[in-house]
Amino acid sequence: MIDILFDPFQYSFMVRALIVSLLVGIMCPALGAYVITRGRAFMGDALAHSVLPAMVLAFLLGFSPFIAAVPAAILLAVIMGGVARRTGISEDTSIGIIFAGMFALGLVMMSRATGITVDIEDLLLGQVLGVSSTEVVVSLGLAALVVAGLYVYHWQLVYTTFDPIGARVIGIKTGVVEYILLGLLALVIVIGIQAAGIVLVMAMLITPAATAYLIARRFVGVMLWGAAIGATSAVVGLYLSYYADLPSGPAMALVATFFFAGVALGRQFLRPRAVEDGV
Amino acid sequence: MATSIAMRPELSVAHVTVERSTFRALSDVTFNVRGGSLVGILGPNGAGKSTLFDVIAGVLPVTRGKVDFRGALAYVPQKDSINWRFPATILDVVMLGRTGANPLRRPGRQDRVLVRESLGRVGLWERRSSLMTELSGGQRQRVFIARALAQEANIILLDEAFSGVDVGAQQEIVDVLRSLRDDGCIIMLATHDLSNLAERFDMVLCLHRHVCAWGPPAEAFTSEVLQELYGSHGMNFSRGHWHGHGMWHGHEHSMVETDTIGQA
Repeated sequence: MIDILFDPFQYSFMVRALIVSLLVGIMCPALGAYVITRGRAFMGDALAHSVLPAMVLAFLLGFSPFIAAVPAAILLAVIMGGVARRTGISEDTSIGIIFAGMFALGLVMMSRATGITVDIEDLLLGQVLGVSSTEVVVSLGLAALVVAGLYVYHWQLVYTTFDPIGARVIGIKTGVVEYILLGLLALVIVIGIQAAGIVLVMAMLITPAATAYLIARRFVGVMLWGAAIGATSAVVGLYLSYYADLPSGPAMALVATFFFAGVALGRQFLRPRAVEDGV
Repeated sequence: MATSIAMRPELSVAHVTVERSTFRALSDVTFNVRGGSLVGILGPNGAGKSTLFDVIAGVLPVTRGKVDFRGALAYVPQKDSINWRFPATILDVVMLGRTGANPLRRPGRQDRVLVRESLGRVGLWERRSSLMTELSGGQRQRVFIARALAQEANIILLDEAFSGVDVGAQQEIVDVLRSLRDDGCIIMLATHDLSNLAERFDMVLCLHRHVCAWGPPAEAFTSEVLQELYGSHGMNFSRGHWHGHGMWHGHEHSMVETDTIGQA
């Protein structure tokens, strides 16, 4: 049993994969707690898909696609937030337009790209076993930024999520806080894409947080339980990926979905858990 | 709560007009309120009550006119503007009153003392660990009033605080508001519920995108004003009469009509 647990980590690529998987498993649900309580799942999905052109361009230019996705995701988050505010069309419509347009652009770029081998499956479904040392360092840096952002803006994010009008009255710049949340979401999605890919990063963002939502009484509990469930899903998915030769993204997404189904079905046997650390 | 009443609050709304893209939401609204007043803002749905509160709270700009106040202002929003998906306890929500524009500020011991006092004042300290979704409509309103107290506000705006609240719970809210009024606060409560208005409020602002009447309830509620607010329904209501110090007595039929107005 011990051999099964530790054998994979004799390889450096598995150590790198473990670090990134844990980051994905912890960071995605931490942001996912805001995404599900705000009803912004579509925004997360759209952001993930919309960075495809930037990632393909990075491939064409010889850069790391994941590093290229960082500024692209932040820019797209700002554009998506701004288009809804300025055009007057509904937010889901504007997000849908940008989402579909950018994803289509990425696919066209991939079809036209010559002289390079872009592995579309790795981009769409993730391949955590292939992350480089640089990408690990970048992921750690992004995760630190997200943790700092969540800590500093915790009360303002909570206030604007629960009572946006009350937050404005008390002097919180709700528009700024909204963009900060979108920026943090963009960073987390970029981290998540490495492990789960563009298509399945949503599973790590939403499913562990939704599972935690069924268990925890308070918001911090949703974040903490979500991080625990997400980390477990990511690591178990990593082992499945290694031993069963499965793509990492689908393996992690399936484990997370299994947890959700188990908790949803067995909810009547679980007692709500309180977290003592405040909201 | 002594700090909240150290300075007597004042509120002045002068010739406020708010124009939306297709209509005028408020027109030339003027009134002044001093500390120690419990004010009812009365009008049918769409009369501009929430718009007026948004303007006073500074979340909506005026097209013309001016709002001035001296004191600290808190806003108790309509229940529809709260995100009830968010899992929060009573304690969590009241603690929000101790946060502010500075994101680096963290609630400390003094903040926790204020939160405890605020919840004690509305009678909910013992239930502080309950989730907001486990509370009745009246209890939720008292939580938001506690949050306003934790914010050390002495001007409190309550938007449709009686909506979905049974009569007994309404009275509990009024009792809390009266005690705050007696401490010198300005309390303004928007409602479309005509029942027991006179005995609840010191002053009434009848609003239908403009000020129809402003003054003590017994003086503000004329048949003309009620008809302007509610049309023929208001005429039914006006067939009743004010009794003693503002206690409304009407035919049972008329009171049913007013409830219908409230739901319209």
